[in-house]
This record gives sequence, C-alpha cells and structure tokens, in this order.
Amino acid sequence: MSEKRVGMEVSIAVSEAVRMANADIVAAYPITPQTHIVEHLSELVADGKLDAEFIPVESEHSALSVCAGTSAVGARTFTATSAQGLALMHEILFIVSAMRLPIIMAVANRALSAPLSIWNDHSDVMASRDCGWIQIFTESGQDTFDQTICAFRIGEDRRVLMPVIINLDGFTLSHVVEPITLVDQELVDKFLPPYEPVYTLHPDKPLTMGAFGVPEVYAEAKKAQDVALRNSYPVILEIWNKWGELTGRHYHPVETYRMEGAKIALLTMGSFGEIAMEAVDRMREKGIAVGLLKLRLWRPFPFEEIRQAAQGLEILVVLDRAISFGGIGGPVCSEIKAALYQQPKRPKIFSFIGGLGGRDVPPEQFEEMVQQAMKMKAKRKVEEFITVGIRE
Amino acid sequence: MAKPIDQYTWKEIPIGCVVTDPGNAREYKTGDWKSQRPVVDKTKCIKCGVCWVFCPDAAIYKTEDGYYLANLDYCKGCGICARECWTGCISMVEEEK
Repeated sequence: MSEKRVGMEVSIAVSEAVRMANADIVAAYPITPQTHIVEHLSELVADGKLDAEFIPVESEHSALSVCAGTSAVGARTFTATSAQGLALMHEILFIVSAMRLPIIMAVANRALSAPLSIWNDHSDVMASRDCGWIQIFTESGQDTFDQTICAFRIGEDRRVLMPVIINLDGFTLSHVVEPITLVDQELVDKFLPPYEPVYTLHPDKPLTMGAFGVPEVYAEAKKAQDVALRNSYPVILEIWNKWGELTGRHYHPVETYRMEGAKIALLTMGSFGEIAMEAVDRMREKGIAVGLLKLRLWRPFPFEEIRQAAQGLEILVVLDRAISFGGIGGPVCSEIKAALYQQPKRPKIFSFIGGLGGRDVPPEQFEEMVQQAMKMKAKRKVEEFITVGIRE
Repeated sequence: MAKPIDQYTWKEIPIGCVVTDPGNAREYKTGDWKSQRPVVDKTKCIKCGVCWVFCPDAAIYKTEDGYYLANLDYCKGCGICARECWTGCISMVEEEK
C-alpha cells in the first residue's frame, strides 16, 4: 500500500474523503465554518474529479430535504453544515433518521446565535442530540478524514441504514492544515462497496416512504427505530476494526489516554482531546494519577465502554461545550452521570462547561478543573456545574 | 396490508416504515372518527342529490331505489349534508344513541 502523507486543510480532507467515497449527490448551503468543505466539493464536481450532482439550494432546510429525496432513490448522498444551518435542518433531521436514509453529514461545530458567533462549541449538535442519527466526534484531521469514509460504510450497511453526523470542531479543526495520510482509491473501493438500498423510490415498483403513522402504530415505529440505532453499535465497531486492519489506524467509541492506574479522569469530546492530553502529561509529571477519556461515539451511546472506563476511578471531570439552560448543566455530563448511576461503585462526577463560542481552554485550565474537583471531593461539597474561566 | 395495523409488533415494522403495498389506504376505514351520523327520513327525501354534491368526503352514495345515504365507513359526521338538505330530511344523531 502506497501511503501519501500531506499537509492539508481538514475541510479539504473531508471533501477529498467524499470524492474517494464517490458520492452521487452533494446538496448543501454554505455557512461558516463549513464553507470550505462544500466549496471544494463544488470544485471537484465542476472539474470532473467527482462524478456527482452538486445541488445548490436556498437554505439548509432545503439542503437536507433534497438529500432525503436523493437518498430515497438510492443515491449516495452527502451534505455539510454548521450551527444555524443545523438548526434550520432540525425538522428534516428527524424525518430522514426515521425513514432510515443513510445520508452522511459533516457538521463543523459552531456556537448557536445569539449573540452571533461563528466560533466553535458544541451547542449546535447538542440541540439536535435526539435526532436519531449516528453521531461521531473527531479529534484530528486524520481522524476526520478516516471517519468521513467510514461513515458511508457504516450508514449504508444493511444492518444499519442510518444517517451519520461527523462532528468536527469549527475552525480549530475545519480550518487547520494538518498532516494527513491519504489512502489509495483502491483501498476505499475495497472497503466501501456501492450502496445497495433495501427500498428505493422507483415507478416500476411503487411504494410509500414517510407515510402517516396512526396512534395504533406510532409507538411501535419509534421503538423499532431506537432498537435499530442501538443495534448499529456492533456494526460500527466491526467497520472501525476493518478500517484499522486496512490502514493501521484504529478507532474506538471511547478513546483512552494514560488511563493506567488513573484515579482521576478528564472526559472531553472533539478537538479538546489534544489539549487535555497535554494537561494530563503535565499532571502525570507532578505525580497526579490522571488519565483522559475521549468520547468519540455520541450516538449510539457507548454505555459499556463508559462503565468499564470508570471502574476504579475516584473522580471523573467532564468538560461540556454546551449549556442545557436551566437544566443540570452540561448535556454530556448529565448522560455520563445517568450511565453510571446504577453502578454499585462509581466515581464522583464533576460537571464543567467551557470553550463556549470559541473560547480557548488551555492546558492550565484542565489542571485547574482537576484541582477544583479534588477540593470539592475533599470538602464533600459538589456544585451542580462550574463554568470554566468565567469572569466574575 | 397483511394484517390490521394495530396488530403489528415493533419487530414487524418494515425498515423506515416503508409501505410496500401500493394503494392500501383503501383498507383503512376513517368513519370511526365521527361523533354524529346522518340519518335520512325517506318520507321527506325528494332524491335531489344535493347532499351527494356537498359531501366533502365523497361518502354519500345513491341507492338502487334512488335515495342518497352515507357510507358510514368513511362519513366523518361533519353534518354538511344535514345543513344543505332542502327538505330537512337528514338529522344528525349522536353516535352512542
């Protein structure tokens, strides 16, 4: 296998992954910081390097609606968005997952207005948490490139048939040039067979998609959808294993860093994992038994991996990048707490919220979070959640 | 449909709730939505068919002897026929009676 390591902007790498996956349709509306992804895809189609229809639309609501139609006729379909765009898609998000249409979408995560912010946090995707899509967070450029190709294989698998969101942090990933090892087209072709849908809209064999669901059947339909999303879990692992065998790059629902003998762990999602690793290294040098958990797979939620990873921990510090206003604090932390609630032994869990609207969280602040958590545990005084680096 | 919709278990729901049998809506009776049904007094009916014209759901049919009656499998009980009838031969009766 000839591998080519290049310096490439991560957005361009996403587009290149879509080209290698040989998507049939790209329907998207440009929005910062997703713009470079669709701009480059538009170029690839115009230059004849990707044999696809690029469908420009007047809104994100239309973008995903077009995707629903093209996926329903059996086309391999890609779109991308950010923040307000994802919010405008909200209605259609739920429709395509319930209709089991394997649309692949990159979300360059950005804060929701107001105040207007184009910078990175996770408030956009957390507001769409329950949309029924498989949801993956990426940490690096390589990770994002690999996950984009894997997403097509996962979503289109007949045991899955689910749309997939790949979350990459806006700007901190999307606009950064990173070293990325590209793969051969031959490898992608071997890994990703053509999409063979179970049902398609075709005049020769009429059928109805998105029909009316009367009260006598709606609950059964929703139960079936939930079980299908949960059942995608082993298939996702199988496909990541296969990718690992082919490329040597292995991915897991929960990635761990220096967890050996750790009594304290930080938990992050997305690109903050790399900053947290540095903080963990510094604290380990000081003799503090800290490790890091990086949650890659957000839906279906990796209950068992989280429970296993939490075994033996005394303190778990969760950094959320979104607020659940008037609620328990961070959406990720509240899920982690819920996942561990029934465990006979569980760590003290501390909720921190930071990195909102593009605010940096440097390694020192990760160290500070751990110090604060240790103090709170010693004093047996737990605050519902703490906002990192806020000016009082 | 192989069987009535209220007998499907969640495991039997087709992927994405796809309906693979075209035109099966005809098996779905919508008349149980109504709370009132039209009753015709044939002694007053002049067989003009104005009720048939106005029925918004095409639920009124002509009988062999020329009267107009509502197909209660589809009649929603809106009462438009009773309102429009020139001779007042249609009265709306509560379903439970």
